[in-house]
Amino acid sequence: MRPIKKNGVRIDDSFAEAFPMRGTAILITAPSRRWARQAAATMTGFATSVIGCGAEAGIDCERTGKSTPDGRPGVRVLVFSMSTDTLQTQLVNRVGQCVLTSPGSACFADLDGADRLPVGDSIRYFGDGWQVSKKFGERHFWRIPVMDGEFLCEATTGLTKKAVGGGNLLVMGATAKTTMRAAELAVTAMNGVEGVILPFPGGIVRSGSKVGSKYKAMMASTNDTYCPTLRGAVATSLDKDVGCVLEIVIDGLTEEAVAAAMRVGLAAIVKLGSEHGAVRVGAGNYGGKLGPFHFHLKDLLP
Amino acid sequence: MKPLVFILKREPDQRLDLAPLVPHLLDGKSVKDIASLELQITRETITVGDIFKLRSGATGSIRFEGGSARLDNVGLGLKAGEIIIEGDCGKSLGRSMSGGNVVVTGDCGPFAGSAMSGGRLEIAGDAGGFLGAPLEGEMEGMTGGLLIVRGSAGERAGDRLRRGTIVIEGSAGDYPGSRMIAGTLIVLGECGSLPGYLMRRGTIALANPPELAPTFVDCGLHDLAFASVFSGLLRPESRGAARLFSRTLVRFAGDMAALGKGEVFFPA
Repeated sequence: MRPIKKNGVRIDDSFAEAFPMRGTAILITAPSRRWARQAAATMTGFATSVIGCGAEAGIDCERTGKSTPDGRPGVRVLVFSMSTDTLQTQLVNRVGQCVLTSPGSACFADLDGADRLPVGDSIRYFGDGWQVSKKFGERHFWRIPVMDGEFLCEATTGLTKKAVGGGNLLVMGATAKTTMRAAELAVTAMNGVEGVILPFPGGIVRSGSKVGSKYKAMMASTNDTYCPTLRGAVATSLDKDVGCVLEIVIDGLTEEAVAAAMRVGLAAIVKLGSEHGAVRVGAGNYGGKLGPFHFHLKDLLP
Repeated sequence: MKPLVFILKREPDQRLDLAPLVPHLLDGKSVKDIASLELQITRETITVGDIFKLRSGATGSIRFEGGSARLDNVGLGLKAGEIIIEGDCGKSLGRSMSGGNVVVTGDCGPFAGSAMSGGRLEIAGDAGGFLGAPLEGEMEGMTGGLLIVRGSAGERAGDRLRRGTIVIEGSAGDYPGSRMIAGTLIVLGECGSLPGYLMRRGTIALANPPELAPTFVDCGLHDLAFASVFSGLLRPESRGAARLFSRTLVRFAGDMAALGKGEVFFPA
């Protein structure tokens, strides 16, 4: 595979292999931007990977009071899971423990569609009989009395079965510092794309995994071919000038959104160039047999 | 889409039942078929052709040019489509409608929107008593949709309201929201005595509340997210209602003589 070179950055002739997921979106509002962010951050904590967290969740974007149903600042949160049942459980648990509890919060549906997931319809029982149902047109809300007033929560939110999880970029640089600079710029650019989240800490994962392990109990283990300290010891995927690899993982509500995020991420890395940033960009896949979505890097280049 | 037009020739000399003149019953009928439909409620036969001049058009959009307080059951059981009445109409306007849009430019009689379950009913003038209410012996009044009165409404507006929203921009007679089961009733003008009498659940919002019954209890001043949301949802339909819900509101719970899970809001 002869790599394409852009601004000194080698782009692998490879592709990111992604999987179908179930996804949903809600909008959390609060009396101030600070508390809307707080509720969203708490709700999307411990949600990096479905392997150990049950769901992958993150903040999609922020909205000003002009574009929220109650005129207060809001944050859009996306949640993804492998099955509708798990997504349902995760959504209700997370809204119930993290949004209901957050001062001044309200929670609205933020995804259209015929398939619905109950949110307020489940959380209303917290009201112990004092909950109030309010319908207007097609919209249905629950008002639950709480100690600072009321928690307003839309009865259901939309569910998409066309969500895509596991889009990714492998950012490879000479040192931890230059690699991080490239990865951070890519994350900043990708956060501007609507309909996607980067579920890992700050959008970046340093412990990419492979399927399987020498230990029976482990489903996944360290991706040794991309570990720079093992470069001489294993059948490595790394070149001599690569001393650090960081991965950016993307989940999106649609295939197009994931592609768009990867495109702006790649563009940011290429724009920075190899001298101060990454020397090479790759993508993780399993040979193309496991996931139906293939995002070829060469198709996404600026 | 060109509407099907009924032009009133003269004031009818008996009350007429206009229940057959809704889109789903007229669909597929020719103008001649429609003209021969009987509307009388006495022994004296009166057909559509006797009282209206017809101009053909799509049955999904019906227009009455000229109205009368003797035209009853206009838009009865409407499922979809639109009915516009330029003038007044009689009792049970839009009763049991489940969808579509009805607009009356004049006044209407009692039981407008009675037991309606969906759609939108707008009365530009005044409405009679028992707006959205059930008829004698029925258990529930309005169970869905939006009912707007730009003028005033008579007594017992929203009686046994179960779901949906009623906005009265003018004044309301005595006992608005009596026996309410749930739903939302908004009165922007003056309000008659004892609002929410024996209400179980539901929301009544009054811009000018009278003295409430002693069975309503003070729950204090609140700025609720729900009120802001309703303010936004109501803005395209009624700016006055939107303004009312954007203010800090006093909440009274009641009627404690019944279930007591209802509420009356008014500005602080």
